[in-house]
Amino acid sequence: MALATIIVGVFGCVAYYYLSNLALDAVYPPRGPDAGRNINKALAIRPWLFLGPAIILLSLYLVYPVFNSVWLSFHDASGDRFIGFDNYVWMIGDEKFRESMRNNILWLIVVPALSTLFGLIAAAITDRISWGNFAKSMIFMPMAISFIGAAVIWKFIYDYRGEGSQEIGLLNALIETLGAEPKAWLTLQPWNNFLLMAVLIWIQTGFAMVILSAALRGIPEETIEAGILDGASPLQLFWRIKVPQIWGTIAVVWTTITILVLKVFDIVLAMTNGQWGSQVLANLMFDWMFRANDAGRASTIALVIMLMVTPIMIWNIRNARKESL
Amino acid sequence: MDHIAGTKARLVWAVNLSAAALVLLWIIPTLGLLVSSFRDRDQIVTSGWWRAAFQSEQSSFVRSALPETQREEGGLFVLSGNLFDTIDTGEIKAFGVTSRDPSGFIPGDTAPMSKGREMTVLTNGEYRITSPEPHSGRRGVRIFITTVEPPRFTLENYSNVIFAEGLGRSFLNTFSVTIPSTVIPILVAAFAAYALAWMQFPGRALLIALIVGLLVVPLQLALIPLLRFHNTIGIGKEYLGIWFAHTGFGLPLAIYLLRNYIAGLPREVIESARVDGATDFQIFRRIVLPLSFPALASFAIFQFLWVWNDLLVATIFLGNNEQQLVMTGRLRELLGSRGGDWEILASSAFVSIVVPVIVFFAMQKFLVRGLLAGSVKGG
Repeated sequence: MALATIIVGVFGCVAYYYLSNLALDAVYPPRGPDAGRNINKALAIRPWLFLGPAIILLSLYLVYPVFNSVWLSFHDASGDRFIGFDNYVWMIGDEKFRESMRNNILWLIVVPALSTLFGLIAAAITDRISWGNFAKSMIFMPMAISFIGAAVIWKFIYDYRGEGSQEIGLLNALIETLGAEPKAWLTLQPWNNFLLMAVLIWIQTGFAMVILSAALRGIPEETIEAGILDGASPLQLFWRIKVPQIWGTIAVVWTTITILVLKVFDIVLAMTNGQWGSQVLANLMFDWMFRANDAGRASTIALVIMLMVTPIMIWNIRNARKESL
Repeated sequence: MDHIAGTKARLVWAVNLSAAALVLLWIIPTLGLLVSSFRDRDQIVTSGWWRAAFQSEQSSFVRSALPETQREEGGLFVLSGNLFDTIDTGEIKAFGVTSRDPSGFIPGDTAPMSKGREMTVLTNGEYRITSPEPHSGRRGVRIFITTVEPPRFTLENYSNVIFAEGLGRSFLNTFSVTIPSTVIPILVAAFAAYALAWMQFPGRALLIALIVGLLVVPLQLALIPLLRFHNTIGIGKEYLGIWFAHTGFGLPLAIYLLRNYIAGLPREVIESARVDGATDFQIFRRIVLPLSFPALASFAIFQFLWVWNDLLVATIFLGNNEQQLVMTGRLRELLGSRGGDWEILASSAFVSIVVPVIVFFAMQKFLVRGLLAGSVKGG
């Protein structure tokens, strides 16, 4: 059954492109008495055959929701009654929203910064060793693991058994050998936030490393040689000569991770579910949508997330324009 | 020169060592889970996974045979039996008669008890409790023992989660979601990318800008409107709905990556095909599609990993019944219902990450190429 639907779905798609193009050639054949006129007509129509499905899907799945969310944010829980700015007023006064906002800002600062920094260090180190490719693969590997899988992995590290039992979480075992008391890490405010961030940093460092390593290798040899001739130490060479030349790439890595951070909710959902002061916007939105069934408030929170990525969106579009000119 | 050579050797060492430390730090979390998933469930909670290869000590108590089985031997009342009838394996390291001192005696000792009674436990598990008066009570005497267990590894956790916990079914469900959700956007995006790169039509620049803008629209924004829309047209909790959703969300990146690549194909090839009278559809099918294989492959891997690992979209656009629950959803459910059963969680998590990790290692080259094309100017 499932297999049949898969086949129908995929082949239906292929069939659309094939048949629609055949039809176009049949209606306006590029030969016969009207060949010239027909070719021109086909040329005008064909781009829209190619683009049609993409445009429909994009407008339906990304453009329409933006406007619909704005509309919903001015309506009550079921989306029927217009209530003006009530949702926004509620949001600003809501303690949980403020907590999420505070945490999100922390996430936005810490995760991109540390992922990029570790990625840069990892790139610099792995580029200089003979087994660099293997090392890169290992650091890059968490990229393939789902957030929820990563949450299980790290929950195991932060595990707390309580007094009198043998600690099986790595962090507590480590703490114990250092002579300190084991702690229930995930309930420990405000540090639990940073422990959740560690999971995402663990995942994203590989991404930063791969891109920054390519950028580092693209630096013109002459600048490095000049630095060596002038007597720069390896550290100076790295921080003063190499890094300034890849600022552009660092910015791209930074913004890519920033966008991801705003969308992450699986990690928080699986590890603390927003308890103990660790709520974030994406999970708060999920809560209001599914637990409280309040489309209005959930949409309002989603719009805040959208608002936070808008500067990046504008920056991206401007860059893309510059490139294509 | 000597001095410089010396610093270099030391630097090489430092770099190698820090790389090793970094790699270790990055694989230890996953390694912990992998090791745990093969361990016996009792051992997981009594010792850390880094001790998995060593024997572990366990303290517990067992009860002796019931008082009614006592025999009289030379004026003493005797309860005897073998501890290994009750416990399965291990080696007895110590025993005791009270909970205050559960490991005060080594096997072979005779431990004095209250009311003149005495207990002896041997390494082969045989025990003997003697008393000058008849044993009373309805239950056996408590014998505290400390056993040393050899490390035990098992595949039982895996067979358990795949068959009993329904992970096997979820595995298939995930495939049903992932394959169309990867193929359809590639197809749709490839056609759109070709049109945006090589065809002339009004509004092209605007469309490209729009797609770049849509790259960052957060998924969260789309959920409520789309769920309502899907419910209205009747695909609220259907595979069809989630395929469309993943296609829609993946399209901006797909079009962006593929357009960059396709626009970079040599102009002469495409122009000469046009001169020979090929239509755009023919050019696309015969020339562009085969030439863009690397870009198609890198997006395919992105989308595959993304869809396979997704929890949010699946939670919202699919139900949580047997036929529809995907692996990430199952894992989340297990975290709630079996949160303390590490053997279940560890093996489930491993089953769910094994496919993406294999794909990742097999196709790493394309993945890296795709990342670079998307992030570094020019690509």
